[in-house]
This record gives sequence, C-alpha cells and structure tokens, in this order.
Amino acid sequence: MILTRLATLTNGWNPALRIGLLVIGLVLAFGLPWVMYPPVALDIAAWALFAVALDLLLGYTGMLSFGHAAFWGSSAYATGIVAIETGLPFPVAVLGGALVAAALALPIAMLSVRRSGIYFAMVTLAFAQLVFFIANQWRSVTGGENGLQGIPREFFGLDLSDSFYFYYAALPLILLGLLGAWRVVHSPFGRVMVAIRENQARARALGYPVDRYKVQVFVLSAFLAGLAGGVYAIGHGFASLQEVYWTTSGKVVVMNILGGMGTLWGPVLGAGIIVLLEDYLATAGIDAVGLVTGLIFVVTVLLFRRGIWGTVRHLVRSRRRPDERAAAQEGEPESRPAPARQG
Amino acid sequence: MLRTSGLSKEFSGFRAVSDVDLSVADGAVHALVGPNGAGKTTLFNLLTGFIKPTSGTITIEGRDVTGMRPEQIAQRGVARSFQIASLFEELTLAEHVELALQGRDGTGYRFWRSDKRLRRYAAETDGLLDQVGLGGMSGVPAGSLAYGQKRALELALALALSPRLLLLDEPTAGMGVEDVARTIELIKRVRADRTIVLVEHNMQVVSDLADTVTVLQFGKVLAEGDYQSVRNDPDVITAYLGEAVA
Repeated sequence: MILTRLATLTNGWNPALRIGLLVIGLVLAFGLPWVMYPPVALDIAAWALFAVALDLLLGYTGMLSFGHAAFWGSSAYATGIVAIETGLPFPVAVLGGALVAAALALPIAMLSVRRSGIYFAMVTLAFAQLVFFIANQWRSVTGGENGLQGIPREFFGLDLSDSFYFYYAALPLILLGLLGAWRVVHSPFGRVMVAIRENQARARALGYPVDRYKVQVFVLSAFLAGLAGGVYAIGHGFASLQEVYWTTSGKVVVMNILGGMGTLWGPVLGAGIIVLLEDYLATAGIDAVGLVTGLIFVVTVLLFRRGIWGTVRHLVRSRRRPDERAAAQEGEPESRPAPARQG
Repeated sequence: MLRTSGLSKEFSGFRAVSDVDLSVADGAVHALVGPNGAGKTTLFNLLTGFIKPTSGTITIEGRDVTGMRPEQIAQRGVARSFQIASLFEELTLAEHVELALQGRDGTGYRFWRSDKRLRRYAAETDGLLDQVGLGGMSGVPAGSLAYGQKRALELALALALSPRLLLLDEPTAGMGVEDVARTIELIKRVRADRTIVLVEHNMQVVSDLADTVTVLQFGKVLAEGDYQSVRNDPDVITAYLGEAVA
C-alpha cells in the first residue's frame, strides 16, 4: 500500500514499473555501503539530496540558482558548530544547520527572485560569493582556510566512528529529505511551481503571487540542501571552504543536468555518477576532475538535453504511446490518458 | 464596475494609450473595438496590472487599483483571457482548470498536501471543460491542442476564477463558425452575474453581445455608444475605411 503510494513519484509510468524503480532505489540506498567504500556511499547519499533540493528550483520552477553552495556550506559550518559546542546527537545538529541555511535563504531569495534567467543565476552567485568571503574571513568561527575540524558523530552514546554504521544512522535523514522533496513536487504547491516554470504571466493572471511562491520554493530548497550539507559535514568530520566555494554550486547544477532536471530520480542518478567518477579519478591519481566533468556537461547539453533520466523516460513513453492510442480508439473516450506529469 | 480616468501609456515616446476615460457599467457587456494597433490589448494589460500606466487611474468596484500587481487584481475578482493563447504547454487540460480553481480558492501554497486532493475539483473541472466544448479531453496536454481549442481553454480558465469582472481579449479569434456561435452562447450564459469587457474584431459577435461599444483609434477613444449608433458614426466609418484603403 505504502509502496504503491510512494511509487507515484514517477507519475506517468505504469504502476509496476514505478514500484520496481522504488524497490531498486531503496535496495541501492541500503546496499550501497556493502558494495563500495562507505564514505563514498555517504557522499553519494548527501549529494543526491543536495541535487534533488536544487531540482525543486531548477527543474520544477525553472530557476537556475548558481549559488546553492551557500546553503550546503552554511549548514555544514552551522551543523559542525552545533555538534562541537553542544554535543547534541548529530541529527539535531544537522537539523539546526538546515534551519540556518533556510534562514539565510530567506533574505537572499527576497532580494533575487525579482530577477529571472541569467540575472537570477548571477545574483545568487554573487550572494554565494559573499557567504564564501565571510566564511574565509571569520576565522574564529569557521577556522578560515583550515576549516572547522573535529566535528563529532554523537548519537546517544553509540559508537558510529565506523563509516559503515554512520551511513545507516544518517540514511533516514537523507531519505526523509528526499521524501520531503517528493511531497513538495506532488502537492498543490508543486503544481503551481510547474505553472510558474511554464508561464509566469499566466500564473499571475490566475491570482498566484509568483514572487512569493518563488521565495517559498527557494527556502524549501535551501533547507533540503542544508540537510544534505549537514550530513556531509558530520560524515567527513569537518567543514571546509570548499563547501561554500562556487565550484560546489556548479557541481550540483551539473548533476541535475546530467541526470535530467525536473525528474527527481535524475539528479539522484547524476549525483551518483559524478561522485563515483570523482572517486575513481582521485584513486587512479588522475588530476583532471574539472576537465572530465566539464566534458560530460558539454556532451550532455549538446547531445541529450533531457539528461539521462529524462532521455530514458522520453524513450519509454514514446514507445508506449502507440499502444495507448490503440487503446483509446477501442472506444473509451472518457478514460483519462496518463497525465504527462513531471517526475 | 470599472472606470479609468486620463489613462495613458507611453512606450519611449509612442503613446499606445492616450488619455482614455472608460466607464463600464455594472453587469454590462462592453466591447472595445478598433483597427489593429489602436491600443486595445495595451489597455487590457493596463487594466490587469501587467503594465503600469504612465499617468491616469483605474478603479474597480470603486477601489483604486492603479499600480497593483496582476495577481492582486486577479484576487479582486478580475479574470482575463489572453489574445495569444497563454497556457502551460506541459500540463493537461484538467490540470489547467484545477490550477485556476485552486488559485481562486487560494490553496496553492500547501506544499505538505497531496495533489490528489485536487480531485475534489473533478466535477467542477469537467463541467467547465464541457461548457467551452472541451469535454472528454481533460487528460490531453495543452501543447497538443489546436488553436481554436486553446482559445476555448483560455475561456475555461477565466471562468474558473468565477470573476465579477471578466476581460476577454478576442475570445473568438481563430475559431471556426460553430465554435464562435457556441462561444457567443456561452458568454450570454455567463454574463448573468458578472461584468464583461471584450476586445473583438468580429462585428457579428460585437452586435450580438455588446450593450456598449467603445471604438479606439491611435490609443484614443473615437466613439462610444450602443452598436447601432457607433456603427453609423462618421468618424468610425472613416477610421475603418481609412484602414481598409491603406
């Protein structure tokens, strides 16, 4: 029952396929640390949530934020500070970090949503650079270039120093975050997000205060990005300037575009691919991460703009369509064809 | 219901709308006609807040709405249709109408709820689509509609807001003869409890529907009155013939 309901996160696919995907997704989520180095598995999980958080903005609402490192990173620092200073269980610290990210997002969103397209991207980038500058200067709090070190993995006295066990302690937070994103996308609010993406002026004419909706999506997205950044910081035991650097913002955009934005599954896939690739290149001693991800980005944009997930889904749908037409002609004019919904 | 005074809009030196005093009576069907470029659509955009006037004021139901944003004006019970069908290409017809109904009820901010709740609108949605002749097509994406059907969906969206003031920008443009007739009937039906302003080129539609006709030319009001008196106005005849000759 729950599975069938959850499985609507791939609306538009047939139910068996949806449940199958969900099962595969869950098996992967739980099995990852068995098949790879657990810290890498945790990186994949954290980046997957980060990428999905951005997808709410980029894929569903049509807003390219090029400054999401500000939220991932500010939460990484805030989570670390809460964990170090209070010694509270790590999920509380992560939640605190996510709230800091959301609070930071509110003024940034209010100042940037009036711009759209490339201008919006530039304004968000500028704010993220401001956050980077502050993190770099405010050494007493962030540790400057040394980063914030020695973040504990406190969890009701359990020993989580082994990353294998920590992965399972952190996974519920990630899954809750993903579930939250799915809830938002498939809600009345999610419909308005897509409406804004498709035609802003029309949404306004229907009485929707578009700017307020954009601020709301932005803050929700930042909260989820903060959840991901907090888990990442606890997992690594430190938060560094890298977390608020612009390349982090760029990386999460690449994950979305590679996987397929506006699909939720796509960004998860994109995160997995990019993290594994970086890990492979690093262990192989090839110092060309930027070059390789850059190439992947260019190839994706030029050859399959829907991204991997979007392309596969498109192929599945166009193969299925002839059957649907035949079914429709057999005299069921009242039946609703599967709505062509995103996600 | 609707009143403008001294309403003007200038685009870098070009006065698209010039000193327009318009008064639309409560419950009337008021047509705006005029040659292309007369400023009809600009006037619509001014009335619905999509552009801000250079000078002049707009009052709706006695309240000054000059400078308000489109969504604020929509929330005051003003719905508009667009001249060039303005839809959400990827969404289905049902999703369009549901969006409008949810906009009317102001429940779109609920991000923690399931969109399955929108099913409570199913009957109303089907009813509206039936009304505009799109019955049985609720699952079709708007992007695949023919031009005339898009116009019909525009109408359904505007009606879904249950507006007190309905602004229709060329509601029958691009429709076949039957669809025009059905649209005229529909407008006659829905005018009972609302005020309607429409921009229209089809004089048949204007004479069938309009209580008052305002003729615009070069952004100015050229003539105003009932259809017969406007039709026989020498200035109006010159304006239209002049355009035809050019």
